[in-house]
Amino acid sequence: MSASAVFVLDLKGKVLICRNYKGDVDMSEIDHFFPLLMQQEEEGLISPVISHGSVHFLWIKHSNLYLVATTNKNSNASLVYAFLYKLVEVFTEYFKELEEESIQDNFVVVYELLDELMDFGFPQTTDSKILQEYITQEGNKLEVAKSKVPTTVTNAVSWRSEGIKYKKNEVFIDVIESINVLVNANGSVMSSDIVGSIKLKTMLSGMPELRLGLNDRVLFALTGRDKGKTVTMEDVKFHQCVRLSRFESDRTISFIPPDGESELMSYRINTHVKPLIWIESVIEKFSHSRVEIMVKAKGQFKKQSVANNVEVRVPVPSDADSPKFKTSTGHAKYVPEKNLVVWTIKSFPGGKEFLMRAHFGLPSVENDEMEGKPPITVKFEIPYFTVSGIQVRYMKIIEKSGYQALPWVRYITQSGDYQLRTN
Amino acid sequence: MTDSKYFTTTKKGEIFELKAELNSDKKEKKKEAVKKVIASMTVGKDVSALFPDVVNCMQTDNLELKKLVYLYLMNYAKSQPDMAIMAVNTFVKDCEDPNPLIRALAVRTMGCIRVDKITEYLCEPLRKCLKDEDPYVRKTAAVCVAKLHDINAQLVEDQGFLDTLKDLISDSNPMVVANAVAALSEIAESHPNSNLLDLNPQTINKLLTALNECTEWGQIFILDCLANYTPRDDRESQSICERVTPRLSHANSAVVLSAVKVLMKFMEMLPKDLDYYGTLLKKLAPPLVTLLSAEPELQYVALRNINLIVQKRPEILKHEMKVFFVKYNDPIYVKLEKLDIMIRLASQANIAQVLAELKEYATEVDVDFVRKAVRAIGRCAIKVEQSAERCVSTLLDLIQTKVNYVVQEAIVVIKDIFRKYPNKYESVIATLCENLDSLDEPEARAAMIWIVGEYAERIDNADELLESFLEGFHDESTQVQLQLLTAIVKLFLKKPTETQELVQQVLSLATQDSDNPDLRDRGYIYWRLLSTDPVAAKEVVLAEKPLISEETDLIEPTLLEELICHIGTLASVYHKPPSAFVEGSRGVQHKRLPARAGSGESTDSPDVSQSVGGATEAAPTVIPSQGDLLGDLLNLDLAPPAAGPTVPPSMQLGAMDLLGGGLDSLLGGDIGGSPAMGAGLGSTPAVMPTSLGAPPVVGGGLGDLFDLGGSVGMPAGAYVPPKSVWLPAMKAKGLEISGTFARRSGVIQMELSLTNKAMSVMTDFAIQFNRNSFGLAPAGPLQVLTPLSPNQTIEVSLPLSTSGPVMKMEPLNNLQVAVKNNIDVFYFSCQYPISLLFVEDGKMERQVFLATWKDIPNDNEAQFVIKDCHLNSDAASSKLQGSNIFTIAKRTVDNQDMLYQSIKLTNGIWVLTELRVQGGNPSYTLSVKCRASEVSQFVYQCYELVLKN
Repeated sequence: MSASAVFVLDLKGKVLICRNYKGDVDMSEIDHFFPLLMQQEEEGLISPVISHGSVHFLWIKHSNLYLVATTNKNSNASLVYAFLYKLVEVFTEYFKELEEESIQDNFVVVYELLDELMDFGFPQTTDSKILQEYITQEGNKLEVAKSKVPTTVTNAVSWRSEGIKYKKNEVFIDVIESINVLVNANGSVMSSDIVGSIKLKTMLSGMPELRLGLNDRVLFALTGRDKGKTVTMEDVKFHQCVRLSRFESDRTISFIPPDGESELMSYRINTHVKPLIWIESVIEKFSHSRVEIMVKAKGQFKKQSVANNVEVRVPVPSDADSPKFKTSTGHAKYVPEKNLVVWTIKSFPGGKEFLMRAHFGLPSVENDEMEGKPPITVKFEIPYFTVSGIQVRYMKIIEKSGYQALPWVRYITQSGDYQLRTN
Repeated sequence: MTDSKYFTTTKKGEIFELKAELNSDKKEKKKEAVKKVIASMTVGKDVSALFPDVVNCMQTDNLELKKLVYLYLMNYAKSQPDMAIMAVNTFVKDCEDPNPLIRALAVRTMGCIRVDKITEYLCEPLRKCLKDEDPYVRKTAAVCVAKLHDINAQLVEDQGFLDTLKDLISDSNPMVVANAVAALSEIAESHPNSNLLDLNPQTINKLLTALNECTEWGQIFILDCLANYTPRDDRESQSICERVTPRLSHANSAVVLSAVKVLMKFMEMLPKDLDYYGTLLKKLAPPLVTLLSAEPELQYVALRNINLIVQKRPEILKHEMKVFFVKYNDPIYVKLEKLDIMIRLASQANIAQVLAELKEYATEVDVDFVRKAVRAIGRCAIKVEQSAERCVSTLLDLIQTKVNYVVQEAIVVIKDIFRKYPNKYESVIATLCENLDSLDEPEARAAMIWIVGEYAERIDNADELLESFLEGFHDESTQVQLQLLTAIVKLFLKKPTETQELVQQVLSLATQDSDNPDLRDRGYIYWRLLSTDPVAAKEVVLAEKPLISEETDLIEPTLLEELICHIGTLASVYHKPPSAFVEGSRGVQHKRLPARAGSGESTDSPDVSQSVGGATEAAPTVIPSQGDLLGDLLNLDLAPPAAGPTVPPSMQLGAMDLLGGGLDSLLGGDIGGSPAMGAGLGSTPAVMPTSLGAPPVVGGGLGDLFDLGGSVGMPAGAYVPPKSVWLPAMKAKGLEISGTFARRSGVIQMELSLTNKAMSVMTDFAIQFNRNSFGLAPAGPLQVLTPLSPNQTIEVSLPLSTSGPVMKMEPLNNLQVAVKNNIDVFYFSCQYPISLLFVEDGKMERQVFLATWKDIPNDNEAQFVIKDCHLNSDAASSKLQGSNIFTIAKRTVDNQDMLYQSIKLTNGIWVLTELRVQGGNPSYTLSVKCRASEVSQFVYQCYELVLKN
């Protein structure tokens, strides 16, 4: 069904640790993986699935590690990749950083986790908060804590333990919207969408029942109210704690939240978004002598809002030298290892317009290699504001002990995949 | 403090030291030692010598230590099976530990120790654990059954574990249910005919309930299992769909894809005019689009699947073109897939945007991506007529860039555009000719030569251009040589006066100096044609060319259906059936989409075949693939436009037998044609020019190939074998049953004679079938209305359906029957002619036939000889048609007729055959090709039966 074995490899293809789950694929098959990968890389045609004879390798890369699953069956490939990414997530939560060193430093726990996360190729409990209740790093303290399975593991509510206590019951809600924009070199917006995410930091005692109310157009249509602005969400994805069939039937978002931080839901909105920060650029390349760059950035959002930590990243040829900059605000910096000029503006009020000029020298002997045309990318963050106008109307919190709890809401809009192609 | 210190030492005598430490009295020291052992194991050192010492540490109440020892055991038990027995006691004891964590750990680990001797001891603890009070133990035990089954299937069956596992589907705990489903699916996969996952509406309901409660992974197990179920009718199908759709909102991409699989499959059963059908279509698009924001590997899987979905149901994503626009930082594998889908979605409505994007991509630096983008522009021109002009000018712009590979790709696609829109864009030829010198890839050279030959009359210096290629004739690739030969012959036919010398030169190069049989043979054919009948030569070589199709790389419909059933899996990523890459899965049944319900029985076939993938609506016309000799002769030798790397290799293999023999014999007499002749036959052009007045030599082989010419006579009606005795009276207390099977106007009937040879009256007849290979089942009760008196015989006709439960029988056409009367129940078995199952709509489209024939691996082809048959081919064809064996094409070569025939079975399996009838020879040769090759032999039996009676 899924993986026969899982391997963690270092950058040279050496196996750091592995776990054989099914025994139907020879463990030495992994020796073929790395040479094949190298060969693909050389040909410039890498693929996430590599096969050798009847064995298939499904792999991902994370920092300086390869995580590889082998199989000789018609496995569920999406499950395997989702599981490999889950491994990364769990390991990262256990070890802060997942890299070669942390695998070696914690090999005992890694083995324990591999044993618990998957059985005979079937992923099992993968919620790291719950796992941490019975698989902990400090072996010595374990004896007592680890001696029993938290009932949570097999509960229908497998993401929250019982008996959680807080003095002050609070829940923090972050509504974060990322703007994805692709603008053509001639200035027309090719595609744009909003990917929103609602994150929770839950500090609530017991087993609270939560209900989140949004100004969701479909919900308003269902309940027949039409006050105020509504938002049409194209596609919504929920954390497993949300009762999906309930949402499907009456658009109610009801759930028992995981403790601490979690992403409750994400949504996609397909409306045409006006690029919040508009860039006009002129990049003139005079072969063998110089490149001249002029970039104009304009804040196309409300005057009272301010974009923070704005970064405009402008590509330059790899053989450019002796940079000179002039900016109307912020400062520009040449990052030669990435072939970029990064223009940083700490605070960018709405409606304002700024200018940056850059000048580079070019060598008289031309570089033969063809260079791509990387786009200009922009990063920013605008607090207290969402583009879509989504609002948390209420968050009802009901716990049988009847405590009062406070919900706090914060809105942020930020850049997602924000690309403007250049000529 | 970290564990890395355990990796540090590599002293000599380490093993010895470790041994001492392992046997130390101090717990802490012991644990440290075991950690060191595991560390050595991790870095690949052999520490198996320490086996007994490590096993000695197993009895401990320290859980961490226990886990490490278990881990060690899993790794080394196989190499030390005898010593592994030492561990059994502890395992058995641990399975009864008061701590559920330890019970589960023990049963989980025991299952991973693949040593036969240990498995025996595993049974009792496993039995207990399956009934354990703690769900954590039960869910672990459920998986352990699958492990044990993998080691010793018989043992698991004998011990009744499978039944216990089935019971766990009703467990109160969702995680236990999910694991039980996973384990059962895994076992069922390795035993495809075991009927383990006996899914019925009750179990389905339980699964759907558990779906709401279990973990994300459990949801995937359940959804994948659901996908194997075939609902009884459209209503059940709809209700399952309604309960599955909420999963589309799950954050885990794999859950979403598995849900999409279930929906795509079950949708097949919904009537298209149903409101819900439209709702469902609309619901599918947003989650598919969202998958594109997942991690790149998951995006890749999603895109490969979207590629299938777009072919199957283009309406779902037709408005979502923009999301497939390529981002600069997409990995190359994502870029190429997106491009593929963009071409599929291109339409008049979005073509302007698509073209702008493609032009952008064509100036990127990644060679493979750029090439594909250039080809895509050509595809757009061919697909959307209104855009052709803009595409051509875009391509010309690209040619001006002079980037070598861009120019070459552009020329290859412009050739296709010329084909599609003759006499429209020839003004660009001059520009193309300017780039002649820069072409160094065979495909581009061949394309350019084709253009020169095709438009020789408009290019003043065509002879010079072609002559310049001739200089290095022997260094060119075959593709270019063949093309050059044809082009010069064309030129000669168009301008005979000036080019006589040139054509002689090329003919002699091809026939005398070349050792390539394809080239030589083609040279001889032209030579002979030109010398005997130049008018005929003109008609052949300059014949009107068939149109080329709009779509490329379409997946053959039956394969597409199968792949839809495998959404999310490796099969859907490779676009190959699992049997093509999973060992030992040859006999496994190919998955199919369910037939649309409500439209009646299998008899009103047009509807069924339509629902099967809208296959007929979008029936792909196959573009002649590269090196197609038949095409070549008619000078259509065009490489398939945009033959991307996505074409599964299997598609390109095979089919050489289809025409091979014919050409051999065609050329054999004349010029001693070589046996390699047929090797170039890839596929056959979709449409043959009907005006083809080929000269006699060639005529026999080519002209007749698709000449159906009404040769199909009056259907003669299906053959019904005479009744035979199935149940002798002495075995059935006086009841004698004889019978036969018939198929009459689409209804399968079992015709029975019941004779009472006993002394008393018989009443209360009833009949039942055991599960059988094709799901035959009585469609109604056995109609014996009056009591059967002694010595009386009654004739009964029992209509049969094919919707009964399926189980593979040996032999395949065996049917086990139980007949009951007032006296007793009697059992007998009989065999039915498989022609019973040949449905009336078994006539395959010609192009589909060719594509399918190619696609079925050659291993699946079986050959039989039918002796003593004295029919001529037309009589045979009409006789066979009576039994729903349809002749798709006939051709005659050297007094040998070849009939290409198709058959469709009630369960949707297609069988393709070639029947060779040699005048005056009573032996026919029958070649049978079918994905389920086990039916071939039975198909042959039917031919025997039908032809000889």
